[in-house]
Amino acid sequence: MTLEEVFFYFLAAGAIVSALLVITRRNPINSVIFLVLNFFFLAALYLTLKAQFISIIQILVYAGAIMVLFMFVIMLLNLGDEKRLTDRVTWKQIVAIGLSLAFVMQVLYIVGFGETADMKTMSAKAVDIGTVENIGMELFSYYVLPIEAISVLLVAAVVGAIVLAKRKFD
Amino acid sequence: MIPLNFYLALSALLFTIGVVGVLTRRNAIIVFMSIELMLNSVNLTLVAFSSFLGDATGQMLVFFVITIAAAEAAIGLAIIIALFRNKQTVNIDEINLLKW
Repeated sequence: MTLEEVFFYFLAAGAIVSALLVITRRNPINSVIFLVLNFFFLAALYLTLKAQFISIIQILVYAGAIMVLFMFVIMLLNLGDEKRLTDRVTWKQIVAIGLSLAFVMQVLYIVGFGETADMKTMSAKAVDIGTVENIGMELFSYYVLPIEAISVLLVAAVVGAIVLAKRKFD
Repeated sequence: MIPLNFYLALSALLFTIGVVGVLTRRNAIIVFMSIELMLNSVNLTLVAFSSFLGDATGQMLVFFVITIAAAEAAIGLAIIIALFRNKQTVNIDEINLLKW
């Protein structure tokens, strides 16, 4: 096994284990911390795919901004441990897990035998694509209209969040 | 070199973990975190395809998905705060105002 494979398997296992811990912890604070860990593993996986800019943005925006927001809300609401997590398993949950397993089996079957099975090596252009320079050139030339639209959407979302969380509507 | 399939399989597993979290957990904030897990697994697929096909479009889409996720988290958490103020709970079984 090459060093590259060792590194990939380590990151993949870390991402899966931390994701499992996110959905099984009783205390939401622990979930947030494992979700941040998951984001760091994913950022490292983006680096193995030669996407430096997305990797940095992942840590800055997701682990830095969004997770702080989550942490802030959990501490604001002062949520304790969840009482019933395992002692009352409903049939809905069993069906949900069964259907999810069926889903992942189907996707893995498609991944294993579909057209993507032939793609073994990364494109030679991959190194140039992920740089800040190239992303910036693309964003402000071909994707200039979407980025303006998304900035308007972000402003609308922030204003909406403030209005929603305000105590009283005047 | 790691084949593309490995990244896609990892992404499928992470997505399914997110789906299980949404369907089984009752805490609204943990449901939200599971949605973030699902968004991230799709981002991984997009970046993997972008690198293997040599096309920048996938990474542009990831950039927009991250922006949407930020907006969604802000709005969603504001809704959770408003709900908690009215109902004193974030258990989604007890928030059934729109259920008939």
